Amino acid sequence: MTGFRLDEGGALIDRARPLSFRFDGHSEIGFAGDTLASALLASGHRLFGRSFKYHRPRGLLGAGPEEPNALMTLGDSSDREPNIQATMAEVYEGLSAESQNRWPSLKHDLMAGPLALMAPGLKAGFYYKTFMGPGRKAWDFYEPIIRRAAGLGRASHAPDDSRYEKTNAFCDVLVVGGGPAGLAAALTAARSGARVLLADETAAFGGSLFESLASLDGMAAQDWAENAVAELTALPTVRLLPRTTVYGYYDGNVLGAVERVQDHLAERDPDLPRHRHWTVHAGRVVLATGAIERPLVFAGNDLPGVMLASAVERYLTRYAVAAGRSAVVFGANNAIYRSAERLKAAGVDVRAVVDARPNPPQEPAHHIASAGIALHAGTLVSEATGRRGLKAVRLARADASGQPRDGWTETIETELLAVSGGWTPTIHLASQAGGPPVWSADRDAFLPGTPREAWTAAGAANGTADLAALMADGARAAGEAASSLGFDSGVTVVPTIEDPDATATPVRPLRAIRTRKGRGKAFVDFQNDVTASDVRLAHQEGYRSVEHLKRYTTLGMATDQGKTSNVNALALMAEAQGAAIPEVGTTRFRPPYTPVSLGALAGREVGAHFRPVRRTPMHDWHVAQGADMIAAGAWMRPRVYRRDGESVTDAYIREARTVREAAGMVDVSTLGKITVQGPDAGEFLNRVYVNGFGKLAVGKARYGVMLREDGFVYDDGTTWRLADDDFLMTTTTANAAGVLARLEKHLAVDWPDLRVAVASATDQWAGLALAGPKSREILQRVIDDLDLSNEGTPFMAVRRAHVGSMPVIVARLSFSGELAYEVHCGARDGLAVWEAIHEAGQTSGLVAYGTEALGTLRIEKGHVSGPELDGRTTLADLGMAKMASTKKPFVGQALMDRAAMTVADRKLMVGLKVLDDRPVRTGAHIVSDTMPESVASLGHVTSPTYSPALGCHIALALVSGGGKEGDRLTVVDPIRSGEHIPVEVVSPHFFDPEGDRLHG
Amino acid sequence: MRIPCPVCGPRSVSEFTYEGDATVTRPALDADADAWFAAVYQRANPRGPHSELWHHMGGCRSIIRVERDTGTHAITGASLVSPHEASE
Repeated sequence: MTGFRLDEGGALIDRARPLSFRFDGHSEIGFAGDTLASALLASGHRLFGRSFKYHRPRGLLGAGPEEPNALMTLGDSSDREPNIQATMAEVYEGLSAESQNRWPSLKHDLMAGPLALMAPGLKAGFYYKTFMGPGRKAWDFYEPIIRRAAGLGRASHAPDDSRYEKTNAFCDVLVVGGGPAGLAAALTAARSGARVLLADETAAFGGSLFESLASLDGMAAQDWAENAVAELTALPTVRLLPRTTVYGYYDGNVLGAVERVQDHLAERDPDLPRHRHWTVHAGRVVLATGAIERPLVFAGNDLPGVMLASAVERYLTRYAVAAGRSAVVFGANNAIYRSAERLKAAGVDVRAVVDARPNPPQEPAHHIASAGIALHAGTLVSEATGRRGLKAVRLARADASGQPRDGWTETIETELLAVSGGWTPTIHLASQAGGPPVWSADRDAFLPGTPREAWTAAGAANGTADLAALMADGARAAGEAASSLGFDSGVTVVPTIEDPDATATPVRPLRAIRTRKGRGKAFVDFQNDVTASDVRLAHQEGYRSVEHLKRYTTLGMATDQGKTSNVNALALMAEAQGAAIPEVGTTRFRPPYTPVSLGALAGREVGAHFRPVRRTPMHDWHVAQGADMIAAGAWMRPRVYRRDGESVTDAYIREARTVREAAGMVDVSTLGKITVQGPDAGEFLNRVYVNGFGKLAVGKARYGVMLREDGFVYDDGTTWRLADDDFLMTTTTANAAGVLARLEKHLAVDWPDLRVAVASATDQWAGLALAGPKSREILQRVIDDLDLSNEGTPFMAVRRAHVGSMPVIVARLSFSGELAYEVHCGARDGLAVWEAIHEAGQTSGLVAYGTEALGTLRIEKGHVSGPELDGRTTLADLGMAKMASTKKPFVGQALMDRAAMTVADRKLMVGLKVLDDRPVRTGAHIVSDTMPESVASLGHVTSPTYSPALGCHIALALVSGGGKEGDRLTVVDPIRSGEHIPVEVVSPHFFDPEGDRLHG
Repeated sequence: MRIPCPVCGPRSVSEFTYEGDATVTRPALDADADAWFAAVYQRANPRGPHSELWHHMGGCRSIIRVERDTGTHAITGASLVSPHEASE
């Protein structure tokens, strides 16, 4: 037991609300407002996880988003989520948390022993050196073992039943970060009248004001923060977003943020999402993102008990938790004196302040002396010792370069070592939306580069340390932002500040402290287990660029993205190269700043809501008749109407046979329909279709094919001339939107002189196709104002008529090869027209048929569809070369006869007749029948079916050179069945090639 | 990224579909294969200021000529490309 709860204090905890939760199966207690980290620390836990590679025991290093070690898996059912920082997770009654990367338990991790022995072999690049030999056999063998040993938590395999939401926010000024600079910025912008959005990743606004001893406008810093939040909350133009991480900065001042709405609640409101994703559209952005304290690099620096000094203070002030009963504080800046005093005041036995600077400033030194704390100036902690946790630190005298002069001079037993290696401004967002970070030797840190978007960095993110200065910085940034947007920023909110910590003492950079041989590892990147010697080794082996270093050692590539390791690693690289840090350079930060839940990115667009579902006006009828519905793009279409005991195959064969013998009707409302209107509509269609439309008679339809500009076939369908200047174009279901977009583009950009307007009419029309020898007599029963005979409604005629009182358009078109009529009507009449015709056909044996039978009928006729129009076929490939007009130019004409598109071995569409009783499948390969094992594929099956008309299995296929009728080939499907099926090449027009039936 | 649609105002890029390089003009339909090959395949692909066509598919369905810097994604202008405008 080391850490403990103080009897009083703790700005964020509510002692009146104790709660219990579980950690690794044991019951734990905490207070409302605790993080998982603070509650466990208060109960004396030191061990929070096992390290990624070596399974070393690890404790808390930090107290916020920088934490590399204390990663937990939260939840135990479908909401189970791995790799959550204990420092960011708030505890609630009933929370269940588990440590990671250990077996069987955190305390007794059996992987730790062998890995400690193997450690010398696990240095930088060991994967490449050890396993990537010739043939990679070793890697294939070891990979699963390594993956199991090195890792983080495991996600749930159950579907996530939490709800997530996405929303947009618009504001004049977005302030990222609710610390002192952010609060000053938000107040300044808000008082100018601007719409302000203030986001902070933690639960409470205030940031470092929680630790400040300053008085602001005569108030304690914490009270000032509370007043500021109260004022902002009361303003209708301000939105405060706590627990909200702004993770990405995108073009056009659009930022992504995730609000953790309910992760901290025991009782979740089912009407609220778990996470809410905000797309923030901001006029200006103030990046008051603060700074992260840097750890120090020395032997044993990863032992549980070695913590950032700022984190130690945060646990004291915010959660009233002391991280140990005894402490040593180590660093080279003035902040460590405040940490020492604070620990002392909390009742911790502070055994030493170790300041690397030979001449520490007098005033703080005097302070701690009077508090009875020993000061070791010009001294380093050269080593931390202990097995499962820190036991003692060894001190050594520092030379002028900040390295140990000789061996250690003194050993001090302690439970806690608070370290401060200076501050790293949090410039992730600035880097995402700006130029390269700029090194400041004064600040010993990278500062934001030149903005590429409308942002200003302020406060600690800008390298400012002094409270008064950073609040002024925030207020100035917000004032400029507001006035640039036209708001009167007469008031910049800068409180009158008296700060005992105010100091202008320059920081002394403290670099990696050299480790004596055999004295343990000094870690740079805690989460990915990268040591100082790994960085030096990478340099030795020639990985000089930071990008190479990063990939070779995996430094900065863990879930924390190097928040605590970046600058220490660059300093090591610089030292190895004998260069300055800015010469080594730094990597660019990319979104996200911290991990983003996939659920938040998906929002409600999951499951049935993944995309909109389109249903035809007859949908409910199909469902009521027991149709199997199938998705065709966004549309739902009936596949087959199965009767008792029928399989899908039985059903489609029956339906297709009935169409040929009597009649069938199919819902074709999904056909794309585009109105093409205007005096130049005929000319326009002439240009987009390969065949002519200009001379099409009014009241007639024509089948047309359109190419892409590159000469390949794009889409097909019939277009009807309803009046001189009024056409209705139909497209395939799949390409309806694409064809409309193309037509719009042609009219706007390519041929603006044409007087034509186009509009989608797909949803306005319902349609059905009535096909079969009895279709005429059935339809005539419901239509008495149109003669459906060959004289009154010849093949390809388009006529207006009525079913009852409902106006319809009857088009004598046939996809099935039978005598057939399409009947189209207003969408609202769709069901009534469908039912009227269905009813009228019952005495004639009419059935409804689905997409399977539709496919069978068109394959029997050799009509092309989606599988043949795959974007790689030409008109000639599909046997339609003769359709291309020679009398007028059309889109794609110039490029359709290029050399590669006319060679003899192109895959041409053919018919295949299966020579035994086995079905062939879409995508199966076609090979020669002589050497099916070894020859190259000649092509593939595009549209297979059983043909009731022919009494055998048939298919459309694309075959190299097309073969000739009577050729024997073999269909093979090595992945799915391995069968070899003999087929014969036939004409694709399997059934009624002369077309007698459709003219009947 | 937001595109200032001359009809709808600034809208999210997710409402638009890219329609290609606005500096490429389609030749006449009866132009030869070389001219069409150039129009279909050959692009300067500059880094820096560029003129592009964007189709406001999820909005007014206008086609818009957008002046955009491909290096910085900064948009400096957007105007309507329409039969109406062209015939004026």
